[in-house]
Amino acid sequence: MQTLAAFQYNFAQSLTAPPGTTANAFAAQPAFAVYRNTVTKSCIDVLQANYPAVERLTGEEWFRAAAAIYVHETPPDDPVLLRYGATFGGFLARFEPAKGLPYLPGVAQLDRLWTEAHCARDEAALDAAAIARLAPEKLAVSVLYPHPAARWAWFADAPVFSIWARNRMEQSAENETWEPDWKPEGALLTRKHDTVEWINLDASAYAFLDQCATGGTLAQATNSALAAQSDADLQTVMATLLGAGAFSRMSITRSRQHRGLSWPLSLRARRAS
Amino acid sequence: MNPDADREMVPELTAGLGLKPQHYDAALACTAQGLWFEVHPENYLVAGGPRLKWLDAIRKHHPLSLHGVSLSLAADARPDTVHLSRIGNLVRQVDPALVSEHLAWSFWNGVYYPDLLPFPRTREALMRIASNISITQEALKRPIAIENPSHYLVVDGHDWSEIDFLAELTRRTGCGLLLDVNNVYISAQNLGFDAEQYLDSVPARAIMEIHLAGHSADHNSETALLIDSHDTPVSAPVWALYSRLIRHAGPKPTLIERDGNVPAFGALMDERDRAAAVMLDPSAEFKSLAKAA
Repeated sequence: MQTLAAFQYNFAQSLTAPPGTTANAFAAQPAFAVYRNTVTKSCIDVLQANYPAVERLTGEEWFRAAAAIYVHETPPDDPVLLRYGATFGGFLARFEPAKGLPYLPGVAQLDRLWTEAHCARDEAALDAAAIARLAPEKLAVSVLYPHPAARWAWFADAPVFSIWARNRMEQSAENETWEPDWKPEGALLTRKHDTVEWINLDASAYAFLDQCATGGTLAQATNSALAAQSDADLQTVMATLLGAGAFSRMSITRSRQHRGLSWPLSLRARRAS
Repeated sequence: MNPDADREMVPELTAGLGLKPQHYDAALACTAQGLWFEVHPENYLVAGGPRLKWLDAIRKHHPLSLHGVSLSLAADARPDTVHLSRIGNLVRQVDPALVSEHLAWSFWNGVYYPDLLPFPRTREALMRIASNISITQEALKRPIAIENPSHYLVVDGHDWSEIDFLAELTRRTGCGLLLDVNNVYISAQNLGFDAEQYLDSVPARAIMEIHLAGHSADHNSETALLIDSHDTPVSAPVWALYSRLIRHAGPKPTLIERDGNVPAFGALMDERDRAAAVMLDPSAEFKSLAKAA
């Protein structure tokens, strides 16, 4: 008598092996194909749902063929299929038939960040007024913490954000010829309320947010922004990030190392509007 | 102490619907008496965001049922501890009227197979599954209902019929049954057994819930397999089996499942109302079916 474990081992093996290649008698029944097809199709359906902009760019047939290869290499290891496909972007970067679309892995990354933002923890976005009330010397040593749903990325080689945003929309003019401005881009995805929203980030805003995420003070974040872009407009950077809901909490450090660093701006006038 | 006092706290469930995201607004607004909704907990195992908000809003208006597809109770392994505790958190969060799982496996050696896979119903399997159900019920602090899955494959080595196996599990663990009438119908067709006989031998007291759904013929197979596709309305033979079951078992909370070709909310409510009518008077359905035939 076959043990339960042996049955499952053989069954699982037959699910993924090419038809007709296993010695398991049950796998020879036409009915076995029902299980084989359901398992593979469910995984591909999930990837298609999780990577809508990638599918839109490649077409459904191409997408499902590529997804079938990925599913075979990397089957789900967690029943929460909303999170399945974490490495799909990396797979596309290595996938020879995708070489003609060098921005595709970045588009997949943004689809993935959308899902992460969509199911992240709830927290209120930091109110810009709370920042505006602070004296400049306090601002310099303040730390802003990214919102749990905030996700950001930088694409140095292609306007990935513009390509993604256009293909993420439910409807866009399919027939219109569209040529993105071919330059580096940053992206910020946030969820201030129920809906995931996204905006373009320039190099200074991206560097600023990235520095905040490492626990840097606003003075340090400002230096990062200026290093990324010497003519950075820091008032606009702050207004953009706060307005999008990129932060959820703030604290004021007492560290001596920040003494002497000055906060170059007055945000008060602007915040009051 | 009045033995019925506890029972009065539990909302009276009549017929319910599987909740589809496109129907959230209609589902929230609907005031049909006894209406309840069912979801797969796996779709709500998130830290936050709109999904949990929707679910919380629904449960404030209607009783909710969590119908799991992934605890893999028939695997020769304990339920995954992390996964079980996530389900437990959701159960505490939404306090569902019903919790259910399947007599099947879907997780093995670190891989999740999104399907409900069969196994030989041996004594070894019985012991393992009884243990897994007990572990689950302890973690969730409530009895769960176990559903009969759809069958396609002839599996060798069964020591028990499915219904005897399920009945034994209810005796050993105190779990209930979720009887899927469509699964009984298509399994009977695919494997060649008598669906009426199966339903007549169900231990009626153990039934916590009934599922009704549509099926379709397999396009990929030259054999005449019926597939548990949930993409059509409930078929006439399944309605007939359902009224037979209600005559035998009495009214039980009944759910209409629909996953593909999802129609407008009103069309699903028509099916749901039909099930609610059968629960009140199963012979009326029987007569109307006889007249139609």
